[in-house]
Amino acid sequence: MSYIGKPKVAHPKMPKNDLGLTARDYEGTVSTLCAGCGHDSVTAAIVQAVFELNIEPHMLAKMSGIGCSSKTPAYFVSGAHGFNSVHGRMPSVTTGANAANRSLMYIGVSGDGDSLSIGAGQFVHAIRRNLNMCYIIENNGVYGLTKGQFSASADIGSKPKKGEPNQQEPIDPVSTALSLGATYIARSFSGDKEQLVPLIQGALLHEGFSLVDVISPCVTFNDHEGSTKSYAHTRQFYHHVVDADFVPPAEEIKAAYAKGSAMPVELHDGSKIVLRKVDEQYDPTSRASAFKYLRERFNAGEITTGLLYMDESRQEMHDLMGNTRTPMCQLPLESLNPGAGELKKILNRYR
Amino acid sequence: MATVNDVVVKIATVNGTGSASANGLLMKSIFRMGIPVVGKNYFPSNIQGLPTWYEIRVTGDGYQSRSDRVDIMVAMNAQTYARDLADVSSGGWLLYDSTWPRHKQLDRDDVTVLGVPLSRMCNENFDGARARILMKNIAYVGVVAALLDIDLDIITTLLEETFADKKHLVDSNMKAIRLGYDYARENFVCPLACKVEAMDGTSGHIVIDGNTAAGLGCMYAGATVGAWYPITPSTSLMDAFRSFCSRYRTDPKTGERTYCIIQAEDELAAIGMVLGAAWNGARSFTPTSGPGISLMSEFIGFAYYAEIPAVIFNVQRTGPSTGMPTRTQQSDILSCAYASHGDTRHVLLFPKDPKECFEMAQSAFDYAERLQTPVIVMSDLDIGMNDWMVPDFEFDENVVRDRGKVLSAEQLEEMEKFYRYMDVDGDGIPYRTLPGVHPKGSYFTRGSGHTRHGAYTEDSAAYQDVVDRLLVKWETARQTLPEAEFEVSRFNKAGLLTIGSGDGACVEARDRLAAQKINLDYCRVRAFPFSDAVKEFIDQHEVVYVVEQNRDAQLRSLLLLDAGVDPAKLVPLLHYNGMPLNAGFVVDRVLEEVARGRAA
Ligand SMILES: Cc1ncc(C[n+]2csc(CCOP(=O)(O)OP(=O)(O)O)c2C)c(N)n1
Ligand code: SF4
Ligand SMILES: [Mg+2]
Repeated sequence: MSYIGKPKVAHPKMPKNDLGLTARDYEGTVSTLCAGCGHDSVTAAIVQAVFELNIEPHMLAKMSGIGCSSKTPAYFVSGAHGFNSVHGRMPSVTTGANAANRSLMYIGVSGDGDSLSIGAGQFVHAIRRNLNMCYIIENNGVYGLTKGQFSASADIGSKPKKGEPNQQEPIDPVSTALSLGATYIARSFSGDKEQLVPLIQGALLHEGFSLVDVISPCVTFNDHEGSTKSYAHTRQFYHHVVDADFVPPAEEIKAAYAKGSAMPVELHDGSKIVLRKVDEQYDPTSRASAFKYLRERFNAGEITTGLLYMDESRQEMHDLMGNTRTPMCQLPLESLNPGAGELKKILNRYR
Repeated sequence: MATVNDVVVKIATVNGTGSASANGLLMKSIFRMGIPVVGKNYFPSNIQGLPTWYEIRVTGDGYQSRSDRVDIMVAMNAQTYARDLADVSSGGWLLYDSTWPRHKQLDRDDVTVLGVPLSRMCNENFDGARARILMKNIAYVGVVAALLDIDLDIITTLLEETFADKKHLVDSNMKAIRLGYDYARENFVCPLACKVEAMDGTSGHIVIDGNTAAGLGCMYAGATVGAWYPITPSTSLMDAFRSFCSRYRTDPKTGERTYCIIQAEDELAAIGMVLGAAWNGARSFTPTSGPGISLMSEFIGFAYYAEIPAVIFNVQRTGPSTGMPTRTQQSDILSCAYASHGDTRHVLLFPKDPKECFEMAQSAFDYAERLQTPVIVMSDLDIGMNDWMVPDFEFDENVVRDRGKVLSAEQLEEMEKFYRYMDVDGDGIPYRTLPGVHPKGSYFTRGSGHTRHGAYTEDSAAYQDVVDRLLVKWETARQTLPEAEFEVSRFNKAGLLTIGSGDGACVEARDRLAAQKINLDYCRVRAFPFSDAVKEFIDQHEVVYVVEQNRDAQLRSLLLLDAGVDPAKLVPLLHYNGMPLNAGFVVDRVLEEVARGRAA
């Protein structure tokens, strides 16, 4: 399959964002994924999220590993810089990229295989560093690109197209991230764009590590009866517990919320996320209670979705280290050494 | 035989007993007397309680490698006493702690044994078990000082510098040194027949290890991102970078840092971080050793193909596998030259000593950015962790460092369209852009098949176009990298060729062979790909002895692969027992070959 340029003819009436760009300007090359693949819907949600946030395309860095999911950065925001790395190693590349230039916005797209098996170590450590990035896992329970082997997120009892059902405990990215102290954790479904778009927007603007675990069915290898990551299964068992509305910096919160259920949280750039609790008992600011709730619902066979945990108080990687606000890559080389005279003094210590 | 400034002292101790500072003190005091010295540390892969040796070679001639003899053995470790005694060269001396009896049956009549009751003296003069052990090790410094005639004032000054504001430590250390010194003067004929004498052979020189030098070089190169996973013998490189940066890269007022050191979860992540940072235009590096290179291989190949600069320091140790982590070798030459699957090849630099570590730490970034490819600096444990006497480092503030072909916002603004992998200049090096600089600069970096325009491809011709262009770049690298060092005379038919830490032993071996009327030309290679001059050197000689520190003649193989020279000419001289190379080995092997009828 080769590179297909997509003609960018925007209808004159297409809405424009503050930069004068249309949603078209945030698209990428034509997807080469299977028709109906959940990943394409996530791509569409990313396009909308970035368009609405008025992000300058070249200030966005799209990072990925290897897999069908990891291919998708080619299919959105072609004006952004992309880095399609090696299998399971997107987090380290993003860590280094961010270390060098903290002024860019980082969106990483990964798969359940990419993040929970080969790349589990890097996934875990990016969270631990509170790397400032939006990390999306397009979770389909299988390795799509290598033709349907179970991944580590496959549920017990989930049936493959051929062979025995899975018997091993699944690794749940959400509870993993929760236990590791991730500061923004959301789960959604590729088929629920309305829920997904604001979750991605909040994730992009949150300062620190944001995880968006998206159930994104693989129509070719894991959408059959008996699969717990199929469209049908997800639609039947998924529940919104906390929805999120995204409110840009200058805007007022307009929507009328039922008393007691709405919880506005201010992000670092002044925008707000309004958490709408669908389930009154849920506390998205308490790790312990979120964990308990998630486990209980999981045991009941439910897929809990929404903005499940948020902590705006923790410092991200650079601030934890006390690094300069100026991107490292923009520091002039000449300013980075103490000169020939000082070298003489340093050498005197070795005589 | 009486000698001046030509003596080898070997000290056998147990690690974790403070002997390192005692040994450093001895070496430094000789250096301060103006006498060239070589210090080698042979230590176990262990924190406390195992045998360790330190060898000080006093070399008025200024040779750089370890010696093949031991004149004075300071046998402080009962566990290794027998083998330490066996190590002493005929006519030498052995010093031991006579507080306890030793195995008389081990005596050698060609070695003079000197007993000093070090423990007893220290027990009588110091309180506390720990202090007594530490002071016992300091006390032998006094004995050796008396035996060799080392200036006690210099030792005092060094202690004062070390313990700047802790006068009581200067006093207690000096007390221990005096105990040993006075005992030796009262009981032995001091100095011995081999002694030291102040000279003027060290001015303009420092004593430093290669890892510290490389860490300093990275700071001077303007590196901002360092990612690493601890591994012997490379760890002290990042330690040095960190300590220089905390002093010189931290805003004194705000405390803000202009460097970012990340201790990665493993080497796969360390190299991934280096690539991410370099892709964004920061000078980034990772220090590691053989096992780390194995883990990094996939990404190193990615960087080669996607053309991302990366600087890797491989401080080589003894393989294969975990091997002997605290012993030296040059055994990663092939694995680094061709790290990763597919057709890949990588630029290697071979520093010979800490001074070149400092210099190459800087030029490695220039080459990586100029050539847009990984550059691996091939140091080793001997260079990295031992103290070397080298000329002062220089830094020219007027030199503008090469950042390679990076398009500015203005250049991009003027361009119709930017394509990442076009060979615009015919040197095989495309132009690159940095994220966030200009909307026209955006492109998609990938390790999958791509066209010269940067687009994904599975088209044979478009794929081949790019990998063939990388060969053009390889030839540019060949012309760009540091030239080898040569010493050539018109009359010699044979030559010696080596890399890196092999230099000191080869230089000395040539002198010793010349004294026996065997004259060899010399080539010290400094980079891979090999320059045309290296190939010419080989072509012009009947025989070239290739001296390297591995079992499989990896440098020789690489010369055959990359320089296309006649295999019959290259005679391998292989030293791979984990100890640093010495001249005696080279001399003996050359003599053997000559005896077999090879050219000299
Ligand atoms: C080192 C390495 N091992 C194996 C592969 C083969 N491989 C490619 S994609 C993939 C699994 C991808 O699964 P996932 O991340 O879930 O992505 P999906 O295709 O399901 O979106 C594997 C095993 C590879 N590319 N690299
Ligand atoms: S194989 Fe599955 S994951 Fe891959 S593109 Fe097809 S549907 Fe999507
Ligand atoms: Mg998958």
